[in-house]
Amino acid sequence: MSSVPMLEITGLHVVFGGLHAINDLDFTVDEGEIVAVIGPNGAGKTTFFNAISGMVKPTEGQIAFEGRSLLGLDPNKITSRGIARTFQNVRLFANMTVLENVMVSQHCRTGQRMVDALLQTRRFRTEEEQVRARGKEVLGFFGTRLTGYRFDQPASVLSYANRRRLEIARAMATSPKLILLDEPVAGMNPVESAELTGLIGKLRDEMGYTIVLIEHDMSVVRDISDRVVVLDHGEAIARGTYAEVSANPQVIEAYLGQSAKGS
Amino acid sequence: MQLTTKQRTRVDWFLTFLRIAALALIGAGLLAFIAQAIDANNPFARWANPDALSLTGKQFRDLVVAGLAQGAMYGLIALGYSMVYGVLGFINFAHGEVFMIGAVTGAVTSSKLAEAGAWESNFVLCLLLVVFLSMVVCTVTAVIMERVAYRPLRGKPRLIPLITSIGVSFFLQNFILVLLGPGTKSYAKMPDWLTEKRTFLEIQGTRILVLAVAAVAMVGLWYLVERTKTGKAMRAVAEDAEIASLMGIDVNRIIVKTFAVGGAMAGVAGILWGLLFNSVLHTAGFLPGIKAFSAAVVGGIGNIGGSMAGGLTIGVAESLGPLMILEPLGVSGPSQLRDAVAFAVLIIVLLVRPSGIFGERLPSEERT
Amino acid sequence: MTVTGDFPTTQGTSADAASRRRLLDQDWQKLVRAGGILALGQVFIALSGMPVNFDRRLLIDPILSLGYLSLIWLPLVVSYWVGREQVLEGMTAYARGGRDVLAGAIAGALGNAGLTLLVVGITHFDIRDPLVNWSPQLLAILHFEESVWLGAVIWPVIGAATGALGGGMHCASTRITRTAVIAGLTVFGAAVLESVITDLSQGFHIEAVSDWLYGPKRGLTYPAAIVVAVAAIAVMAGIWAYRDSAMRAGLVGSRQSPAAPGESDRSRTVWRRFISRRLLGYALVIAAVVVLPLFLGRLTNELLANVGLFILLALGLNIIVGLAGILDLGYVAFFAVGGYSVAVLTSPGSPRFSPEMPWFGALFIAMLLAGLVGLFIGAPVIRMRGDYLAVVTLGFGEIIRILLLSDWLSGTFNGAQGITNIPGVEVFGLATVRGFEPRSVLYLVLFFCAIAIYVSWRLENSRIGRAWMAVREDETVAEVMGVDTVSAKLMAFVTGAVLGSFSGAILSAKVGSVFPHSFAIIVSIVILVVVIFGGMGNIPGVIAGAVVLIGVLGGPNQPGLLQEFAEYKILIYGALLVWMMLQRSEGLIPSVRRAQELHIDEMNQDAWLRAQAEADDATGGGGGNSSVGEQP
Ligand SMILES: Nc1ncnc2c1ncn2[C@@H]1O[C@H](COP(=O)(O)OP(=O)(O)OP(=O)(O)O)[C@@H](O)[C@H]1O
Ligand SMILES: [Mg+2]
Repeated sequence: MSSVPMLEITGLHVVFGGLHAINDLDFTVDEGEIVAVIGPNGAGKTTFFNAISGMVKPTEGQIAFEGRSLLGLDPNKITSRGIARTFQNVRLFANMTVLENVMVSQHCRTGQRMVDALLQTRRFRTEEEQVRARGKEVLGFFGTRLTGYRFDQPASVLSYANRRRLEIARAMATSPKLILLDEPVAGMNPVESAELTGLIGKLRDEMGYTIVLIEHDMSVVRDISDRVVVLDHGEAIARGTYAEVSANPQVIEAYLGQSAKGS
Repeated sequence: MQLTTKQRTRVDWFLTFLRIAALALIGAGLLAFIAQAIDANNPFARWANPDALSLTGKQFRDLVVAGLAQGAMYGLIALGYSMVYGVLGFINFAHGEVFMIGAVTGAVTSSKLAEAGAWESNFVLCLLLVVFLSMVVCTVTAVIMERVAYRPLRGKPRLIPLITSIGVSFFLQNFILVLLGPGTKSYAKMPDWLTEKRTFLEIQGTRILVLAVAAVAMVGLWYLVERTKTGKAMRAVAEDAEIASLMGIDVNRIIVKTFAVGGAMAGVAGILWGLLFNSVLHTAGFLPGIKAFSAAVVGGIGNIGGSMAGGLTIGVAESLGPLMILEPLGVSGPSQLRDAVAFAVLIIVLLVRPSGIFGERLPSEERT
Repeated sequence: MTVTGDFPTTQGTSADAASRRRLLDQDWQKLVRAGGILALGQVFIALSGMPVNFDRRLLIDPILSLGYLSLIWLPLVVSYWVGREQVLEGMTAYARGGRDVLAGAIAGALGNAGLTLLVVGITHFDIRDPLVNWSPQLLAILHFEESVWLGAVIWPVIGAATGALGGGMHCASTRITRTAVIAGLTVFGAAVLESVITDLSQGFHIEAVSDWLYGPKRGLTYPAAIVVAVAAIAVMAGIWAYRDSAMRAGLVGSRQSPAAPGESDRSRTVWRRFISRRLLGYALVIAAVVVLPLFLGRLTNELLANVGLFILLALGLNIIVGLAGILDLGYVAFFAVGGYSVAVLTSPGSPRFSPEMPWFGALFIAMLLAGLVGLFIGAPVIRMRGDYLAVVTLGFGEIIRILLLSDWLSGTFNGAQGITNIPGVEVFGLATVRGFEPRSVLYLVLFFCAIAIYVSWRLENSRIGRAWMAVREDETVAEVMGVDTVSAKLMAFVTGAVLGSFSGAILSAKVGSVFPHSFAIIVSIVILVVVIFGGMGNIPGVIAGAVVLIGVLGGPNQPGLLQEFAEYKILIYGALLVWMMLQRSEGLIPSVRRAQELHIDEMNQDAWLRAQAEADDATGGGGGNSSVGEQP
């Protein structure tokens, strides 16, 4: 592998008004890794993802993907560079069909023009076929859950777990190199959660994606992550393997302190 | 500090170009105007518009005062837009029609009073009565509107209530049309001592009256919002409705009160329209409504003081703009373009400073 | 969610006596409120002048005029609403019965008491000064030109009767009420379509039909009304019978093949059916649309040409509002650009610049200009919040109108006098389209409608169309999923602008002149109502919306079938918009794009689902299957 890490973030700050959501964060991901980001509620994890995907502007710091800076790029440009993400509060295109949801996210990988669509050129038809086939392929990754008659159902009628799956499929359809998963198993039952954990492993092992995930479910984190980064108040308070991190007194303090405050 | 320069797209460049072009036009117009004012024969003035007539000091003052009076009216209407936007986050397009209903109420009651002979003999009392009635009618209209059309739509995406309010707007306009007929509704004649120009600085009395009434209404509103419990609750709901309801505030009631207050202000504004123009049509609410919304945006939506300031800005701009910017640039018949100028102010403000001159005050989830 | 309409659920709850409510066990508060609302509504309708103005338009010859209908429909609706109760899941529905009839009757009587008050009021006071319709004519209609006494008494009685009917609708099964409503609407439609039907029967040389249907005063004759109603009922009965047999067939079919049929296999059979039914249907419709104008008279062709113009406009706006979700209130600007560029380029009367180009050349330039204006308006507004965008586009629309009207540009656009003498359209030396030949205009309009439909349809199912829909659903997410939202929205603006310019160009050739006042803001609003009424984002819906609204009520400057409504058009459009938003924001024909291809046939899908459910262990929680437009 090259010496440059896939994603390299240095000295990242995100400030909202007076609130330091991310405070001087350094972070790297190498190709082929699964990195988990954990931390108590409000630690700034989602904000961290938002900064990478271009939805919030970092106040300070540098974000580089494959050696090139992402700062100042519109989110769609970042996606076409090869970073895709899911959302903590599932945000599907509710009135579009399941298949359309994964077709539209191939937007930046396709190049047909309006004229092609109007004249039904060969280029249009082949590309459209490819987009459709790729969409079905991506949906097929989740077994039969999102296939068959589901293709043409609006996303809004899916069950909660299926929506989460569709979100991942939609991210996969953008043909990314790096996928950011924001609490992928939240709200799922243990069986579904274990199944999805297996699939996330497969995403890396078979499909070759690099993955950063935010997760509160420690069993998931333990099972699949190569490395764990713990955020608290926007700062990285610990890094290392799951075993190292879970033994770290500062981390325990952060979580316990949180629950002590909460109760 | 790390520079996070945004990569500019073609659209950005075009927008920058538009901003600069707009400001340059305004600048050129003003310069030409000043050049003419200094010496009508200097080459710059000649170049821009050989026939331009500069304004005399008196004309200028009259225009400013007329603009201010009309602007005060816009400001009062703008309050309704601004407060509703602050609390519910949508543009109540029909607010302009509430204002029109106020003006029509004024026309009907004042002419009835004049028929009864009370208008002439007891002008001040009658005017107070007319203002009061107009406020009542407008408040009721606004509250019914909220109840029937907007309450069922709470929590829908904000374009849905906006579209609804467009429907309400055209409904109300034509409601008045079919009930009262298409003719103009005239106000009773104002007493001479008011319309004559002999008052202070030779300014027409009605304009002073308009400014005074607007000022009184503003002070009343300021007192309500800043000093009373209701006002505090309104501000709380505007800040965050959910949290406010957790704090024990009855959000629905506050929303109704917001509509009521906005309606009352529109009622006052309706009478001011009557004082200024003496007659009203069923279509009278549309343009002032849009201009008042522009005023609310210019002043920073959700910002009560800003609304008044925005109203005065729009009023003066549309009164002076054509003669100070367009005519020096050689536009003929500039006063026909008053309305266009008002819209242009809105567009330019949104292009240059989208959050308005005095800053927005919006609930957290509405900020983008 | 309401109970599914197709199945007669309310009818047969095997009325156990305990759940049958007693007659007087009413929700009095609701009744009084409904009565009050109804009273206000009735008084408003009476004072709006509808009864007086519509009195001469007969619907059913001796007995019912449009004027009286305007006073009867509201009690029906309100009393139906009074009897409606929401049956939530787990609640037992009460058996319907006399109580509902009584409730309706009471509400109707209370409401029409408002008219009684009005009758008394008009006889004793004169407030005609503000209220223009507070007139003896109204009084005459209200008391049937008899005594005040009669007028005062009869309205509550009429109210009670109509109310009883409205409330009683809950007692019958859904099928019966639906059939009754449809029969009523058919009769109304037949009466309203008088001019079109007369026109048609003249075109086909079967004047006897229209002579028999309509009396001398344009209303349906008594027997004709009955025949039309019976025919409608017969058709409905046929449809129900067909549905029943189809459903039975579907169930049997699923039982025969319990294993899930292979997908390709299945799609092939469905595909065949798709061709046979859909395509045949389309072909028939197209043939009818092409042939029909030959048999229509001037009036109807003119009417249809207006409808076509609005279909064109609505399809254009549908791309902006329906697909991309951008609320553009200044759409009329593009209409104006199309109209005025063609006027300036073709008319010899254009003051400054008059190349007298042929129409098609001018159209091309108009398209380019409209596209440019679309970019010019689009670029500054594209980043604004949705609602600011609405007002700013409205402002742009007004600015364009004001500029066209102004002295400043009157050298080019001739101010309020407009540009006249616009020649017709030479179609390659074959034919000339002129305004005084509505049929030729209609064909021109149809041609461009076909183009617009094709464009909308193709774009909707392409990369850009999906991008638009994604932007409509959630702009931020669309951006994060790699859609360049700014350029997608700009493309929507430009495409909509170009389609809008078509109809402007046709309008100027059709009318032969353009004036600034034809491009007032109300045009934008009416187009918006058409799009919303028909169903945003849905091509057939938008077309249906234009046909119904523009055909019946007319456009802002164009008459419709009910010319009597001219004064009330905008009032009705406004009310309709509010009502649509409150009750049916998905429009008349909700977007059916999700039921594409494989799911033409609901029965098939249900059968397949059932088979799936048996095979599957059903963990996915696939409960809500066929609900098409359900909100998240
Ligand atoms: N757009 C914003 N404007 C202002 N404050 C924000 C914004 N987005 C996030 N915040 C604040 O930043 C802090 C971090 O939020 P973030 O959503 O990143 O937390 P999180 O770690 O994802 O928490 P959770 O586990 O609950 O998802 C919170 O206090 C939040 O209120
Ligand atoms: Mg989070």
